[in-house]
Amino acid sequence: MLPLELNGLSFAVGDTRIIRGITARIEAGPRTVILGPNGAGKSVLMRLCHGLLAPTDGRITWHGARNGDVRRHQAMVFQRPVMLRRSALANVMYGLVLAGKSRRESELRAMDVLEVVGLAPHASRPARVLSGGEQQRLALARAWALGPEVLFLDEPTANLDPSATQDIEHIINAIHASGTKIIMTTHNLGQARRLGDEILFLSNGRLMERTPIDRFFREPASPEAAAFIKGELPWQ
Amino acid sequence: MNSLGEAFGAAWRLLVGFDAELAQVVGLSLQVSITAVMLATLIGLPLGAVIAVERFCGRQTLIVLLNALMGLPPVVVGLLVYLLLSRAGPLGSLGILFTPQAMIIAQTVLIAPIIAALSRQTIEDAWREYEEQLRSLGAHRLTAGMTLIWDTRFSLLTIILAGFGRAVAEVGAVMIVGGNIDGVTRVMTTAIALETSKGDLPLALGLGIVLITLVVVLNGLVAVIREAALRRYG
Amino acid sequence: MAIIRGASLVLALLGVLQGPAAWAQQKSITVASTTSTENSGFFKHILPLFKTRTGIEVRVVAQGTGQALDTGKRGDADVVFVHDRVKELALVRDGAFVNRHDVMYNDFVVVGPKADPARVSGGRDVVAALRKIASAKAPFVSRGDKSGTHAAELRLWQAADVDPAVGKGGWYRETGSGMGATLNTASGMNAYSLTDRGTWLSFRNRGDLLIVVEGDQKLFNQYGVMLVNPAKHAHVKKEAAQAFVDWLVSVEGQKAIADYKINGEQLFFPSAGR
Repeated sequence: MLPLELNGLSFAVGDTRIIRGITARIEAGPRTVILGPNGAGKSVLMRLCHGLLAPTDGRITWHGARNGDVRRHQAMVFQRPVMLRRSALANVMYGLVLAGKSRRESELRAMDVLEVVGLAPHASRPARVLSGGEQQRLALARAWALGPEVLFLDEPTANLDPSATQDIEHIINAIHASGTKIIMTTHNLGQARRLGDEILFLSNGRLMERTPIDRFFREPASPEAAAFIKGELPWQ
Repeated sequence: MNSLGEAFGAAWRLLVGFDAELAQVVGLSLQVSITAVMLATLIGLPLGAVIAVERFCGRQTLIVLLNALMGLPPVVVGLLVYLLLSRAGPLGSLGILFTPQAMIIAQTVLIAPIIAALSRQTIEDAWREYEEQLRSLGAHRLTAGMTLIWDTRFSLLTIILAGFGRAVAEVGAVMIVGGNIDGVTRVMTTAIALETSKGDLPLALGLGIVLITLVVVLNGLVAVIREAALRRYG
Repeated sequence: MAIIRGASLVLALLGVLQGPAAWAQQKSITVASTTSTENSGFFKHILPLFKTRTGIEVRVVAQGTGQALDTGKRGDADVVFVHDRVKELALVRDGAFVNRHDVMYNDFVVVGPKADPARVSGGRDVVAALRKIASAKAPFVSRGDKSGTHAAELRLWQAADVDPAVGKGGWYRETGSGMGATLNTASGMNAYSLTDRGTWLSFRNRGDLLIVVEGDQKLFNQYGVMLVNPAKHAHVKKEAAQAFVDWLVSVEGQKAIADYKINGEQLFFPSAGR
């Protein structure tokens, strides 16, 4: 499915332009972090790429094919995990069963993933009674179980405390190590530094720059990025 | 106020005595209204779910209409169903006027809109919360609809109870299409109407207390089941 | 598990959904009659006797006379048993019913408050009493529902040369409902009203009301029974229905009618063949 090509991608709601003409080519491999201040359009960009929103202008092309039913090979984790009113295990199985796997297969795969993320003891508990951090881990497990080629994450730890954040970041790295492409948004510089291999910096709906991680913090190419880095405290 | 005391006395005697005639009337009330609410749910729930998740021309108008139909007067429904089922009417050859089947049909017509309208709202609210996640996981609208029905099941259960309450409490529809025939189509509400028209107010009120007690017990049972399920599923 | 339990509940309830054929198989007929007859307990007395004799179950739908006649015209009943001779004969002429037989009569009485503002108590002349009530503008509650009782009441006002519509909303109140509901209202308002003796005898909410005028010939109320015309409605169960009509006017039926008493008082007086 990768590379993902964005061509003059734009999105507007009424008269408000949220994404203005973004052109980029995202390859398999490096962990891509989309960074930028609040309101820059990061979440909207993610949803456009994942197919939850339709662009008002421009094109999104996956490896030569238009954004049709490529959703099968992508998954997304949202800022707030949305759990179904059923057990943790059943939640993870949901997407697998939808994809056509037998219940037996789905259950086995789901248990495996729950093991890896450390939620196996909670498998039969109602998902909604788990803590915020546990639910987000569950959301990651649910996405990972589908074996996606690309995993989108929209500010996955914005609502979590530092220890839960750490757990999530470990899992994200594990998913990356297993071969899935990570595309993630954050406004947290420290997290970008820890989890990013390349940075796409967004400001006011425009792609300001695209820089590998080591260079981005030393010498950001755009003045907006420089201001952003300076403005944020280093330990955030 | 003396009538009230007499009424409670009458209710007590009815409950303790619980003769065959009362049992028959209570039994028929439950049969008719429970069957009606089941049929109304079979019709109204999927309808509500579809309207909640689909987008189509005239959707808003349909929602307004459905909400308005919740206020259908039972006596009007009774009259309409009567005209349909009367021998002089289009479905007369079925010959089911003045039978419990006619009563079930009338009550189903009465409560289906309630179930459809309220479940539509409930599922639509849930859809707003779940939409992105469900679509991300690959659920098409209809699959999502079914998932939402299961996920909102506790709210939906309350809606079904509301429908049942409306059915078992109404007298206008069942009186007209059933005819309040002794031993055949007499239910609690029509029995109460009859005793009232005979001037036996304490007995009428006593029957009313029996009916209310029944409904409270039923709701209590459902609450117990709900609590148990809630603990299991969260 | 829950599914099996649910399914058995459904099957049990579906006992109610047996096809209409099941109902028809037991021998039964539908009779449209009036609420006053039903409320007096008359049917509870005679129907078991008929069933023992013929094995036929009679299902009585009690409506106002107007509604009962309409039910018969539509073919929703097999027999109509009401008390409005004039309308009944007209409908027989129209072909809605086969013919009409006298069955029984009862009488109407005028009830009123103990205080008796119109000073009519103890009288035997109903027309004079109504005139007094109108001129005193004493509250009077009418059924106002095109029932046999209502029709009789209007004929009496006519005989008294009074147009009660003049007092509508003032001293003349129309409830548009059955006898029992009307009496409830009269009792609550301490008003006069015209009622059949049967309903009055079994009425339990009299308040301050009692019988003030009775015994006038004009208060006699004739009941008639008619078979719904099978030529117009092929599904009418004509043999069973005819059996009911025949029984009502037979010696046995007429005796059963005369035997019906409330508190030792006879309500209906056999009049077949007179």
